[in-house]
Amino acid sequence: MKPPPFDYHAPRDLGEALAVLAETGEHGKVLAGGQSLIPLLNMRLAAPGHLVDINRIDPLDTLTATAEGVTVGALARHSRVERSSEAAAAQPLLRQALRLVAHPVIRNRGTVVGSLVHADPAAEMPAVLALLGGSVRLARADGPAREVAAADFFTGPLESALRPGELAVSAFFPALPPRSGTAFREFARRHGDYALAGIAALVTLDEAGAVGAVKVACIGVGATPIVLDLTGVEPDAVAHAVRGRIEPEADIHASADYRRHLAGVLAARAVDEANGEARRAFDHAGR
Amino acid sequence: MHSITLVVNGVVREATVPARTLLSDCLRHHLGLTGTHVGCEHGVCGCCTVLMDGEPVRSCLTLAVTADGHEITTVEGLAGPGGALSPVQRAFAECHGLQCGFCTPGFLCTATALLAENPDPSDDEIVEGISGNLCRCTGYQNIVKSVRRAAELIREEA
Repeated sequence: MKPPPFDYHAPRDLGEALAVLAETGEHGKVLAGGQSLIPLLNMRLAAPGHLVDINRIDPLDTLTATAEGVTVGALARHSRVERSSEAAAAQPLLRQALRLVAHPVIRNRGTVVGSLVHADPAAEMPAVLALLGGSVRLARADGPAREVAAADFFTGPLESALRPGELAVSAFFPALPPRSGTAFREFARRHGDYALAGIAALVTLDEAGAVGAVKVACIGVGATPIVLDLTGVEPDAVAHAVRGRIEPEADIHASADYRRHLAGVLAARAVDEANGEARRAFDHAGR
Repeated sequence: MHSITLVVNGVVREATVPARTLLSDCLRHHLGLTGTHVGCEHGVCGCCTVLMDGEPVRSCLTLAVTADGHEITTVEGLAGPGGALSPVQRAFAECHGLQCGFCTPGFLCTATALLAENPDPSDDEIVEGISGNLCRCTGYQNIVKSVRRAAELIREEA
């Protein structure tokens, strides 16, 4: 179990990286943290002709939190974003989700943007981006960078809108709106495994403190993260509403029915927790 | 082939490796440091965990060429001058934190980094910290005990 041979490129700056990616086209693959790509190479499930290692491009190791949201550069490791109190203050769902990504040691190398591009339908970060309506910035050598909305970015299992020659340079996660709360609940066979099913929830109260908007993103139950608007659904009916709007598939780990059941239970819990967080934010702002 | 320079356990080491060489294989085959064990080679078992610039990473999920220019600490580098075992190593011996020993290098590196960052972890934090390392012998009870004991030893000797 060793990676197949490839041509290795270690660009020193973004321009050089984009030039190599333009030249290698569909045979080029970006290596950032490698925590998903190298297992695929080791198991020979992937055999790219060219590997473009971006680990030496320090300007991509950025993390910026503002009132608008959190921008994560292509080389920012999961652990850096998880530990950032500025990022957690701007958008608490980031830390809530990152704690569920694999193990601490994996998070020391793995990158947030890498997780997005890998687009595993059971992974946490794509669901966070999809739920919040964030975006990914894709740069290329022969044209301007484009900003792709989460709704258009995840196109299938392990498939994204990234085209040959492009490098995902950053991702933007919108900040938590006022009077809002978030939660992430998932169920995995073992701690750190990919979840059988999981739910990210965002609840926003109206100005009177009544529940306004409720949205969830479901993982592990479809080809991409599935965002559902549950606004107006009574708390008792959340599980039922989610189960009726997903079509999970069976595999050796769980039947489709079990995944559907889990998604409902987790949605009820996640919405309840997010509602509590929103209530706290509302009470805090009122004082 | 690529020429790389690593600082391994404080010593500058050079190696010439194909790009696809994993850091784990570079350490074992090219540098002769067989203390780093290789179990699953896809990041699940944690046996190959080493410290890269002080942070624990999977050496089987890192290319040797990516590690070029970085500092690596393997299990061979945990002991002090003259081979005196580190507090973490002594705690594992004292508390029977190992049986066959295959997973131990990974646990030692992981626990060393865990305690450097959090000198007084709760049991929950210890379990979370070592959750990425598999041991098929001990049932983990004595490993958790070892990490707790190592924290005590580090405090006593500070």
